Amino acid sequence: MVVSNTRFTAAELATQLKIGTVSAVEAVQCHLDRIDDVDGDLHAFLHVSAEEALATAREVDKDRAAGVDLPPLAGVPIAVKDLICTKGIPTTAASRILEGWIPPYDASIVRNIKAARMPILGKTNLDEFAMGSSTEHSAFGDTHNPWDLDRIPGGSGGGSAVAVASYEAPLAIGTDTGGSIRGPAAFTGTVGVKPTYGSVSRYGCIAMASSLDQAGPVARNVLDTALLHEVLAGYDPRDSTSINEPVPAYADAAVHGATQDLKGVKVGVVLEMVGNGFQPGVLARFYESLTKLQNMGAEVVNLSCPSFPFAFDAYYLIMPAEVSSNLARYDGMRYGLRVEPTDGRPVTAESVTMATRGQGFGEEVKRRIILGTYALSAGYYDAFYGSAQQVRTLIQRDFAAAFDQVDVLVSPTTPTTAFKLGEKLDDVLAMYLGDVATIPANLAGVPALSMPNGIDAGLPTGFQIIAPAKEDARLYRVGAALEAALEHQWGGPLLDQAPELTVAE
Amino acid sequence: METALVPYEDAVKRYDPVIGIEVHVELSTKSKMFCGAENTAGGEPNTHVTEVCLGLPGTLPVLNRTALEYAIRLGLALNCTIAPSCRFARKNYFYPDIPKNYQTSQSDEPIASDGYVDVILDDGETFRVPIERAHMEEDAGKNTHIGGDDGRIHGALYSLVDYNRAGVPLVEIVTRPIEGAGDRAPEVARKYVETLRDIARAIDVSEARMERGQVRADVNLSLRPTPESPLGTRTETKNVNSFRAIESAVRYEVSRHAAVLDSGQPVFQETRHFHEEDGSTSPGRAKSDADDYRYFPEPDLVPVAPDPAWVEEIRAGLPEMPAQRRARLHKAWGYTDAEMRDVVNAGALDLIDATTASGVTAAAARKWWMGELSRIAKQGDVALDQLNVTPQQIGELQGLIDAGTINDKIGRQVLDGVLAGEGDPVAVVDKRGLKVVSDDGALLEAVTAALAAEPDVVDKVKAGNMGPVGAIIGAVMKATKGQADAKRVRELILEQING
Amino acid sequence: MSTITRDELVHVARLAAIDLTEAETDQFATELNVILEAVARVNTIVTPDVPATSHPLPMTNVLRDDVVIPSIPLDEIEAGAIAFEDGKFLVPQILGEE
Repeated sequence: MVVSNTRFTAAELATQLKIGTVSAVEAVQCHLDRIDDVDGDLHAFLHVSAEEALATAREVDKDRAAGVDLPPLAGVPIAVKDLICTKGIPTTAASRILEGWIPPYDASIVRNIKAARMPILGKTNLDEFAMGSSTEHSAFGDTHNPWDLDRIPGGSGGGSAVAVASYEAPLAIGTDTGGSIRGPAAFTGTVGVKPTYGSVSRYGCIAMASSLDQAGPVARNVLDTALLHEVLAGYDPRDSTSINEPVPAYADAAVHGATQDLKGVKVGVVLEMVGNGFQPGVLARFYESLTKLQNMGAEVVNLSCPSFPFAFDAYYLIMPAEVSSNLARYDGMRYGLRVEPTDGRPVTAESVTMATRGQGFGEEVKRRIILGTYALSAGYYDAFYGSAQQVRTLIQRDFAAAFDQVDVLVSPTTPTTAFKLGEKLDDVLAMYLGDVATIPANLAGVPALSMPNGIDAGLPTGFQIIAPAKEDARLYRVGAALEAALEHQWGGPLLDQAPELTVAE
Repeated sequence: METALVPYEDAVKRYDPVIGIEVHVELSTKSKMFCGAENTAGGEPNTHVTEVCLGLPGTLPVLNRTALEYAIRLGLALNCTIAPSCRFARKNYFYPDIPKNYQTSQSDEPIASDGYVDVILDDGETFRVPIERAHMEEDAGKNTHIGGDDGRIHGALYSLVDYNRAGVPLVEIVTRPIEGAGDRAPEVARKYVETLRDIARAIDVSEARMERGQVRADVNLSLRPTPESPLGTRTETKNVNSFRAIESAVRYEVSRHAAVLDSGQPVFQETRHFHEEDGSTSPGRAKSDADDYRYFPEPDLVPVAPDPAWVEEIRAGLPEMPAQRRARLHKAWGYTDAEMRDVVNAGALDLIDATTASGVTAAAARKWWMGELSRIAKQGDVALDQLNVTPQQIGELQGLIDAGTINDKIGRQVLDGVLAGEGDPVAVVDKRGLKVVSDDGALLEAVTAALAAEPDVVDKVKAGNMGPVGAIIGAVMKATKGQADAKRVRELILEQING
Repeated sequence: MSTITRDELVHVARLAAIDLTEAETDQFATELNVILEAVARVNTIVTPDVPATSHPLPMTNVLRDDVVIPSIPLDEIEAGAIAFEDGKFLVPQILGEE
């Protein structure tokens, strides 16, 4: 009984909690047990906050027994990417440089979660400071894909995706700068949404690239992501880029979509996003999904976004430039790691800063800081950063023109399925190119969703839906429709086809 | 290796100095620029900080509306154009007192640009200083160096950092090259910064106390052979933190540049440090490629586009600027140029203005503040406005004299009482019983007694010799402890004698 | 398009305040050139008339009221500090300051 509770979707679990068939403490405990059972192999979590989660659950149970009116997801546990500050709970960004640091404040979205009375199970693994596409750049070890433990789960949010894919948590929070929610969703057969930039507060989410970062929901189905998005979203006066508008009804859009009626919906296929380098099986599943959309009444049209091939170029200039500045604060002076030089240089603030950053940051982080510093340095700004910001304008114009014609754009989320651990570690460019389809949405600030749409050679494939800014609800409507059609074909969620994980003794 | 200096007077005969001044003004908002931490001078270290101004991971800035308003107000007071839209930028460099290792500032998009400040020099002449820009930025924390010699940096063992000041809003005001000052360059520099201080106070955006670091100046100087020559290489003397020091730093650098140029060497572009003890400067670090600040638009803050109506509202609310006010008052009060200059230099302008507002003539007000009160202030080594007397009290005091209730001599006693904290002049007069005695009955008694004591006086006066009257008046004054109305006493004496 | 030399890389690492080992310097010099080559096309499609986009959504004038909030308690600051003395962060000696 207790183990099966982990199989509930978040929406189902919320209902069970409401009618009293499952208590919040039971809901938390079964997931903690599941973490105990399988996380040794997966390593989705960097920190499990069992006591805090159970304490929250006990309060929820007490209030529910007392007849207190509770928020919809009260008692539904959640895992939080370890890039997000949690007061009193270690927050490392998977970096040695922040090892042991405990924030004295909560991120605004953590406040939202606490207000929603959702127990926080723990902090999930990621590529250091969210830089990577495989979670192999965590300073604290790789996370493994539950579909094949020898494979990467995608990144940077591999931990959050694996946590939901392996039933360690019904819900998780991710962050997405160039695909860090959507890539892992595609590789693990889960659903992840990068909301419109500004939909979810960035306050307390450790910055990677400020103009691209956006936190969002991770779950096993579209409705659950919509429900969590409603909890996370909303105006935050602490974030200057937060959208000051009411939160639309995302869950309603998902429920509407699940009726599989897409009449009048125009779906665009961007030719530049389905071409070179895509794995044939990934393309095959993509076109099968298009057919399903058409079968539900959607009109599918091809269109061109000529500047999209340059999105990759702009991204790998803007992102590292912002990274180089955002990560300057990790200097060994105030908090986190301090390393003294051992090569005979005098111990000064300057030498300690350089030694701390040299040893405290991993290779990928250093690579991007150096690249970004170079791109911003005297004599190169215009050619690199300036031009990249102009390309950004072109990409926004392409999106605007496309959305004049269609309601949503679609593409495969990633060019391939999950690759082997270590396979791309030595080929930086190949790793970066894995984000080619997810990057444009970040540059333009528009929302995008990835959902599972099939299997290729035993591994899940991902389907990406992109909507205009502030039209996140369209993602949920179209996503829920496709999900219903696919599950009808599969006879249940795709994750049911994942191999059973070995339970630790 | 420093060359011998060229005497200043000699240097300015042969070279044309060009100065440039960067002034940082701390804005007196309640909270900091980008977070709600209290903006206050002093306090225990690190007790006015939030996660934002400590630069903790994940934190984000949000601009303080009042800081923006003050920056606009200051820009308008400097006759600048307010940018219809501008952005913040990050200035990236590593230093332990800036918690994010970048300073949020403005680079090529300042909130205010292209203005000027009219500076009144000591001789009353007006000199116009062109302003290139005034931009917003955040202040840094403060380092204390521990160990080694005198806590000076060389030999320090470690440093302690307090972030109370980190994130305090600043406006940096940058002049264009100030040309045409000639041998008065040091005075122009000092007067310019004094004028900025006066403006900042007048428009109520800063307490602008230089001794507290609320106004900080960096002084650039270059020399050229003639005013027609292209600009020479400049040096920047950092943190010249008193008005006297500004003047000294310019003088010193003029002498030093002249010596370098005379020897046929080029001036080395560098940052220099000012030494308060002897008014000299010494080289700091040279400009290097480490000064690559990698500015880029701050992505965590959105552009600022002040509503033109708001800007006009701020403009309409600006008070009269100090220079205009000074000119207006000068005319209204009818002081000579020298008198006016002394009043300004004594810091008595506001005091006299407030005193005349309570109905006293400008001449009388000046007499009090520049006379008796200046003397008392000097004795106590305090500023005039620190004396324990208000302009309103001086007005009341002069009013008592004008009404004949007391005379000048008693007035000074009353002032002593006010300064001693005995209350307003009227109260002091009451308490000390200092009213002028003009009651004829009491005076007549004293006059009769005095005349009786000097019987020959009556005859002398009757014979037309008025000399001895003074002696009788003196005797009466003595008998009445100085409270007699001298004019009335004289009348009574003459009445008595002439019957 | 420019390529980054090893000397430039050493200079950039210094600007970025990161100690790199000899091996890292060599490796990054090579890799950065690969990346720069891949992204160098940004120059080729933009013309001067294209405005730069620094923020994904157009917003202006996000301001907060000038209201004071409580400071973080000193003991919490100290708990998170690497080294603390007399209420201040203790850092190694700072050079280059008067």
